[in-house]
Amino acid sequence: MTTSEYRKPLPRGEDPALTDSFWEAVKRHELLIPRCVKCNKFFWYPRQECPYCMQRDWNWEKVSGKGRLHTFTVVRQPQNPAFNDDVPYVYAIVQLDEGVRMVSNVIGCKIPDDVKVDMALEVTFDDVTEEQTLFKFKPASS
Amino acid sequence: MSIRGSAAIVGYHEIPTRRMYQGRSNWSLLTEAALGAIRDAGLRKDDIDGLICQEAFNSLTVAEYMGIKPKFTMSMTLHGATGTGSVATAAMAVSAGLANYVLCVMGGTRDAESGGQQPGGFRGAQPGGRPAPPPPSGRPTFGTEWEAPFGPVVSANGGYGLMKQRHMYEYGSMQEQFAKCAVDQRYNALLDPNSAFSGQPITVEDVLNSRYTNDPLHLLECVMPCSGGGAWIVTTAERARALPNPPVYILGIGGPATSHDTIAQESDVATTPVVLSAPVALQMAGYKAKDMQFAEFYDCYTILVMSCLEDAGICPKGEIGRFYADTDTTYKGAFPINTNGGQISGGQPVGGGGGNTKQIVEAARQIMGRAGQRQVARNGLCLVNG
Repeated sequence: MTTSEYRKPLPRGEDPALTDSFWEAVKRHELLIPRCVKCNKFFWYPRQECPYCMQRDWNWEKVSGKGRLHTFTVVRQPQNPAFNDDVPYVYAIVQLDEGVRMVSNVIGCKIPDDVKVDMALEVTFDDVTEEQTLFKFKPASS
Repeated sequence: MSIRGSAAIVGYHEIPTRRMYQGRSNWSLLTEAALGAIRDAGLRKDDIDGLICQEAFNSLTVAEYMGIKPKFTMSMTLHGATGTGSVATAAMAVSAGLANYVLCVMGGTRDAESGGQQPGGFRGAQPGGRPAPPPPSGRPTFGTEWEAPFGPVVSANGGYGLMKQRHMYEYGSMQEQFAKCAVDQRYNALLDPNSAFSGQPITVEDVLNSRYTNDPLHLLECVMPCSGGGAWIVTTAERARALPNPPVYILGIGGPATSHDTIAQESDVATTPVVLSAPVALQMAGYKAKDMQFAEFYDCYTILVMSCLEDAGICPKGEIGRFYADTDTTYKGAFPINTNGGQISGGQPVGGGGGNTKQIVEAARQIMGRAGQRQVARNGLCLVNG
């Protein structure tokens, strides 16, 4: 879909210099997560300082995209009416195998019947416009 | 140096919570609540030298509007903990000699268009999650990048849906147990003319049959935004004894505590910062949670009031569902909770989580022995949370 047809909000970052490379990787269908050089931990969301040790020295690291559904809620009334046609959909916190938790959607299964906390997931990429891809999650293929 | 018992609530006023108050501005409603509390405390407006408000309708504007010149003032961004936070802060202020009579006032009037779906987000700060993203021209935030593209739920419902889902998974808490919380609170509201739902009983079946706002939250477990407000006056214990009402001594305070702005960033989704604040308050007061005779706990949603109660130690973590199943929490019961129905069955005044006014006013009312037909039998010690 063209950008002008897509009515839902696209990601708008406070600090594009920080996160542009993340979204470029998502467009290539890769998931990168910040990893601190000093304490070695992954963290989310991206920010200048590692929230564990406060150092400003971290790298984007490619991850498998595998994880589990930490919790979710089924949206029946979105805050933004642009999402109304998608109802019901899943607004989720996914915990990656690397330990970080990300907000996203779970797609590719019957909603709500097939959605269960702790179900195995893997990242999938939704090319919502010509310029923008979003990362989402689907049931892991065993 | 402890401030245990050095401050007291000496007066209060509550504006009945209603869906709309036509023709009344926020400042006018707040003024009505404030003047009512001042009168109730046996004071005059000129006695007030301290003022605490919520951020949404801040103390600078209230002071200007009402012609008050507080030597101590603050506006708090604590969402549903603002009321409790104001009591704690006022207690510290009067104990330190920064003011004599601190007026705390919060609430507001609901616009016909407010709440509900808004592409630009909803007004004011809300508990449990960031405000929805600003319009496309607005300043970007963490939310506009990492949450908005995935379609958050309307108002604060999303975060609490996430919390409840995880709580049910981790602890096996059941929908019927959450429903009982709503049912007991509604029972408490039946005789309260200040409630938006007085005279309207509900059953567990009613709760479970009410539509999902967002699974697993049912409509009857969520607050309804309303117009309303409340105010209370805090002073020193010595001054309190000269005033007409029985003093409501503040024996322990803890917090305000926090760990996140949005529930999605909370490291333990089914646990609240009450684990940080309650032990401090109980230790200051010299009591255990089990010594408490009743509780007034902020209740934007059943999951929130229930998680906070177990985090305060009313029962072991994860067992609050069973606690509700086994305990009569009405004003007649073994452990009364939210004895006026709280905000779920009272309606929640707009303006920063309603300022948790229902809990503060009701705690003071019950301890003073002024709750009429809803008076709890054992009213010596109340645990209050926001």
